[in-house]
Amino acid sequence: MKATNYLHSSIHRTLKNIRHNWGLYLLLLPSVILLICFSYRPMYGVVIAFKDFKPTLGIMGSSWADPWYKYFLRFFKSFQFKTTITNTLVINLYSLLVNFPLPIIMALMINQMYSRKFKRIFQTITYMPHFISTVVMVGLIMIFLSPGSGFLGNLCNLLGFEAPNLMGKAKAFTSIYVWSDAWQHTGWDSIIYIAALSTVDTNLYEAATIDGASKWQKLRYIDIPMIIPTASILLIMRVGNLMSLGFEKVYLMQNDLNLSASEVIATYVYKIGINSAQYSYSAAINMFNTVINFILLITVNKITKKISENSLW
Amino acid sequence: MTKTMIKKNFKQKKAKRLSTSDYIFNIIVYSFSIMILLAVVYPVYFIIIASFSDPYAVSGGKVWFYPVGFTLDGYKELLRHNDIWRGYWNTILYTVVGTFIGLAVNIPAAYALSRKDLFGRNAIMFLFVFTMFFNGGLIPTFLTIKDFHLYNTFWVMVLPFSVSVYNIIVARTFFSTSISPDLWDAARIDGCGNLRYFFKIVLPLSKAILSVIGLWTAVGQWNSYFNALIYLKDTRLYPLQIILRDILIINNVQSALGTGEAAQIALRLANLMRYSIIIVSTVPIMILYPFVQKYFNQGVMIGAVKG
Repeated sequence: MKATNYLHSSIHRTLKNIRHNWGLYLLLLPSVILLICFSYRPMYGVVIAFKDFKPTLGIMGSSWADPWYKYFLRFFKSFQFKTTITNTLVINLYSLLVNFPLPIIMALMINQMYSRKFKRIFQTITYMPHFISTVVMVGLIMIFLSPGSGFLGNLCNLLGFEAPNLMGKAKAFTSIYVWSDAWQHTGWDSIIYIAALSTVDTNLYEAATIDGASKWQKLRYIDIPMIIPTASILLIMRVGNLMSLGFEKVYLMQNDLNLSASEVIATYVYKIGINSAQYSYSAAINMFNTVINFILLITVNKITKKISENSLW
Repeated sequence: MTKTMIKKNFKQKKAKRLSTSDYIFNIIVYSFSIMILLAVVYPVYFIIIASFSDPYAVSGGKVWFYPVGFTLDGYKELLRHNDIWRGYWNTILYTVVGTFIGLAVNIPAAYALSRKDLFGRNAIMFLFVFTMFFNGGLIPTFLTIKDFHLYNTFWVMVLPFSVSVYNIIVARTFFSTSISPDLWDAARIDGCGNLRYFFKIVLPLSKAILSVIGLWTAVGQWNSYFNALIYLKDTRLYPLQIILRDILIINNVQSALGTGEAAQIALRLANLMRYSIIIVSTVPIMILYPFVQKYFNQGVMIGAVKG
């Protein structure tokens, strides 16, 4: 009797809370509607990966594929399977290894500058490349690396040897991709760590100085622990998107000569789906990618939770 | 003693107090940062001087530190291309409308989710975060856009993908750390409802986060080309980035077309235009940034998703 009374009153309180906070639900409404229409509805559309989808028949009207895993099997057996998976993993892991730690190092470095003016100039300048669009960035890469007329070509001429055509070399593709990203985004990505560092209580530094701590020790024992929570969350988010990052830039940097290193799952999905309109096959490849991604996300969240007690959920 | 001398004296004393290891540490930090500055600045500087130089001097390796054979031909050539200016105008529209929608959708959601007394907060947050990592994929999304009759319309560029969960997380962290819950308690006692409180009290206190999220959205809109590539067919709707792609990347591959004199002149202008169009397309969005910069160090924080 008491238990049901308790239940009743707690339901009553919840309802009262919802009624009372109706304004908050109204604030949430636009974003929830957009998510349902353009994020959740396409999730239902994933079933076309198991169907012989024909646009004229619609999702419901199209018949089931026979066997249901037909399009997955086709991808596993296709000669693009190994290439696209390897390229996706290599590009993204290389990028993670370089572009995850660099912003942290830069933030720690900026935090060490005690000339305010220099700090501000440094930040403003290193943020600037972030505003360059992907299209312009790839254009810049081409201008600089062109062996005939570009910066690299001229530099090589000056030093007296023949310039290599780097954009046409499959081997150079991944490095160009990753290091141009580092050039463009390291400064900007450091902002979030600088914000985390700005919350350090200055008394802590003073106390450490009085205790005779060197700059290096202060960095090691005050700054680094301060940014670990932020770093963990960003790491999880990054790994959780490991398989789907960078379509735009890879696609723009692709040419016939470097295709063996630059065809990734995302670009293949695009070509199969949009260019040759094989909807079911494209959706199946995409779904395979998403599932792997999701497994990675859950794993890395579990690992960071264990190691640093920080996690996304 | 004048003020500056006192300051100098003070600085010297401070410098003397540094231990040798700290001194070396400082030298390493500053020399690294100067190297980084040069590496960031030079390519940008090079594009600027190249856009004012004779293209033959650029390709001949004569341009290093200042323009050679000063010319404005590249910029003049841009003026003749109507598609560039139409793209420019489209991009301005997409950016203004898109940024407005982005703020109107994400900021209220972030505020609501920052309130600890919101029933179902964690469940709703999960609904949001889930979409960051799991999605229907290209083709199902493409079909959805077609079903909503948004394909090849103005609205496809600004509405369907305006929810940014990352921005919501950042704004939510701002609200829960910068807006004291006591303020709401006080307002509620005075009979203020949630909506009035949000618009009259929270928003005026949130200039920092509004500027930061506004800038992020604007930059994203200005620079986006993927949605246009997939969802637009009509060239009259094309944003600047699609036109840039044709000029900077696709034409670049086929630049060695002819050897005749006319072809040479055309090639010269095309090369020069590549530099000037980079400047013209990038400067407007860069100009926005200094206005917002002061808010950055306070506005951008990321907290746990779980409340």
